[in-house]
Amino acid sequence: MAAQFSASTRTDDLPAAMAELAGEFHALEQKDRLQLLLELAGDLPDLPEQYAGRLDEMERVDECQSPVFLAVEVEDDPSRTAHIFLSAPPEAPTTRGFAGILHESLDGLPAEEILAVPDEAPYRFGLAEAVSPLRMRGMVGMLGRIKRQVRARTTLDERQ
Amino acid sequence: MTTQTDPQSKLAAYSHPERLVSTQWLAEHLGADNLVVLESNEDVLLYDTGHIPGALKLDWHLDLNDQLTRDYVDGEQFARVMGERGIGRDTTVVLYGDKSNWWATYALWVMSLFGHEDVRILDGGRAAWIAEGRELTTDVPQVSPVDYPVVERDDRTIRAFKQDVLEHLGRPMVDVRSPGEFSGELLAIPDYPQEGAMRGGHIPGAKSVPWGRAANEDGTFKSREELEEIYLGEQGLEPSDDVVAYCRIGERSSHTWFVLTHLLGFERVRNYDGSWTEWGNAVGVPVER
Repeated sequence: MAAQFSASTRTDDLPAAMAELAGEFHALEQKDRLQLLLELAGDLPDLPEQYAGRLDEMERVDECQSPVFLAVEVEDDPSRTAHIFLSAPPEAPTTRGFAGILHESLDGLPAEEILAVPDEAPYRFGLAEAVSPLRMRGMVGMLGRIKRQVRARTTLDERQ
Repeated sequence: MTTQTDPQSKLAAYSHPERLVSTQWLAEHLGADNLVVLESNEDVLLYDTGHIPGALKLDWHLDLNDQLTRDYVDGEQFARVMGERGIGRDTTVVLYGDKSNWWATYALWVMSLFGHEDVRILDGGRAAWIAEGRELTTDVPQVSPVDYPVVERDDRTIRAFKQDVLEHLGRPMVDVRSPGEFSGELLAIPDYPQEGAMRGGHIPGAKSVPWGRAANEDGTFKSREELEEIYLGEQGLEPSDDVVAYCRIGERSSHTWFVLTHLLGFERVRNYDGSWTEWGNAVGVPVER
């Protein structure tokens, strides 16, 4: 991960929605990137009924300084569509914004496309300089856990 | 002091009451000449969700830490950070933030490294202001930059380096981390990432006084009497003691440094900002469990 702090602007290896969002961030100046991150924090949908109030049934993202919880569901359709559920408190807007980016970028994609997302994708949004690289670890952790859950749910099914 | 101090009786009992203001006092003084209010949080975006009217953001990481070396900004960088917020050398600065003012006291401590004279903490911080239903805004004030002098950082008086701590062994030391971190069972704050140190435990001889014992549930500081009971009565510290405080990266220990120095009037307290992320990774230093 030595290259993780380099400000890569490459987007051609990202899923379309993620590439588009990365492009939007890069088109902005630093302070406006923070505003966009804040908007994405606000756009993060509430948890659906099956998870609301049942955080203990979700996975805790330990890499985040605030309590962030994650769940992934993979459908049985041919493309194995994945659904991502994330919860982050409003008093941690940065973390919530990271969750918003990943939700907007990955929710509803085929499992295969999520698994192909590079692990260092969080550094492709030009946010490291705006929020400090130290704070990016939480988003790397979230992505890693999303991919792990997607992998677990798809390989498990293949064995059946 | 250019700006009047808060005469509230709880504050008046502290050794340096001029270092604290109440929410009431701040509400009455917002917009006063030569007064700048800064919000300093753990989360870099929290200010942008709503802040005290007229307040400006000061980010502990982006504004106060050097972005390359693990150290604080130098005199020139500090002058820029202050000047662009309209702060002059004689400006009264009131700091407040989240997490019971961890990052506000951290910022106050860094400003004190540069000898900024009149810098105060809002008792209770962001949470108290919000709990009282006081006004918040997302409007970012327009500031006319001023010249802040380039002042050399003083790393000797209130800051301790690893070598200073090695020489200090055997004298009073306060470990303000959680009991699990002190015992070595955890390598970070409970519920925070368990990373950052190769060894768990504490510096030999350190007393365990978690920072939060100095704060009330609502984030305000405990009364002088209650603080004396903890640090003097129970821990046997004396205001004339030479004390080093540390935590994981120096933020929670800034809170305790503030309590000992400004609320209880200890004469020599140093914050070891390298803290456990340095000590717990350093080769050959003594560790106790």
